[in-house]
Amino acid sequence: MAADHDTITVEVWRGAAKGAFQTFCVPRRPNQTVLDVVTEIQREQDPTLSYRFACRVGMCGSCAMTVNGRPRWTCRTRVSQAAADGDTLRLEPLRNFTVVKDLAVEMNAFFDKWRDARGAFEPAPQVPADFAVVPPATPARQAADAAIECIGCGVCYAACDVVAWDPDYLGPAALNRAWTLVNDVRDAAPKERLAAVAGDSGCQCCHTHMSCTSFCPKAIAPTYSIAGLKRAVLWGTLTGGAPR
Amino acid sequence: MMRASHKQPGFGAALLHRLSGIALAIFLPLHFLALATALNGADALDSFLALTRSPPMRLTEAALVAALTMHMILGLRVLAIELLDMRERTVVVLSGCAAVVVAVGVAFLLEAA
Amino acid sequence: MTPVLFLAQRLSAVVLAAAVAVHLATIFYAVRGGLTAGDILARTHGSLGVFAFYSVFVLAVAVHAPIGLRNVIREWTPWRGRSLDAILIAFALMLLALGLRAVIAVCVA
Repeated sequence: MAADHDTITVEVWRGAAKGAFQTFCVPRRPNQTVLDVVTEIQREQDPTLSYRFACRVGMCGSCAMTVNGRPRWTCRTRVSQAAADGDTLRLEPLRNFTVVKDLAVEMNAFFDKWRDARGAFEPAPQVPADFAVVPPATPARQAADAAIECIGCGVCYAACDVVAWDPDYLGPAALNRAWTLVNDVRDAAPKERLAAVAGDSGCQCCHTHMSCTSFCPKAIAPTYSIAGLKRAVLWGTLTGGAPR
Repeated sequence: MMRASHKQPGFGAALLHRLSGIALAIFLPLHFLALATALNGADALDSFLALTRSPPMRLTEAALVAALTMHMILGLRVLAIELLDMRERTVVVLSGCAAVVVAVGVAFLLEAA
Repeated sequence: MTPVLFLAQRLSAVVLAAAVAVHLATIFYAVRGGLTAGDILARTHGSLGVFAFYSVFVLAVAVHAPIGLRNVIREWTPWRGRSLDAILIAFALMLLALGLRAVIAVCVA
């Protein structure tokens, strides 16, 4: 089915790890997003197509998938951006995740690494007497705030070549979150967290390709968060503070 | 279709850094062996060096100098981002300057050849 | 890459950044001047400074190259674990031995 000004050719991955592309033809509409296209396919043409979305307005990150080779949010990708007249739209599940079915992936491993990197706030054993005073302009809080908006959509993880090469690598999202907590003056487990991110597949494995920073839909720069972790790990190793 | 991550400049930089590093790691033992011919006197080293005057060898030599320079500059890029907390744009500008300086140096080298 | 290997890699990188810059400048100078092996050896023989410089250079390389190769092999091939580490330690020792032998050849012999 040839694409023209009125229709788009869409190749959609069907199956899991093994499968094939199925081709659909969808009418072009003004301001259409890739999510609109997938939804139209599933509702009008093939109800067996599996995919995820929720908010459809760029807040939840559920609709992330690979569009023409690039991981992105389909609700925030205009078809006119991703596939100009005559171009094909190629939709695949996010790379580096186990595929459940078609365009839906298993997120467990991603969040397990979040846990393994100690990406959760650890309160002090004693309840503090009063609220912590954390001025927003302090360097530590600025560093944390620059990275705090992550919603765990997985785009950076899908883009990361080191995750593709080393399945144990904690990945940009988990490390980015750990960095925000390293900079959280209220957190009670700084040494344990540094140890968690400094394992054999930890922050040191980042090779500064910067795809994560390039593709993050929230304009977060995990590369610089990971660089901060590297400095902390180096300093800790030099001064004997961080566990080897 | 090339995946988008492979089209990123940082990927290209890291790939060149890695490939030049591998080339240097292979070359180094040979370099050390060549230099050690001087154990038998300057003439021994000279006669070995005479073998490297052929055009293919000179090309290999220039490629190795380029590899060494490239590996150093891209390594400085990594150190700037990791240790000096520089942003990529600054690093690109600085790398560009360094590359120009080195290109001039390499031009001299080739001129002498 | 463990934190200790990472530290060694970055530290040796800083040493090498300086050493390589000096080495490149020296090569350009020697080639432009059309120096023969004899000319070069005349300048390096008996020089404590040259000996010290290249010994540090060789040490830094013997640390830096194997750790770099370890990353490449672990990421691009299925090989990892003790056997890989053992081979790379052997490679490091080889670089150290051949390198110091070359330094001696150029500075002492």
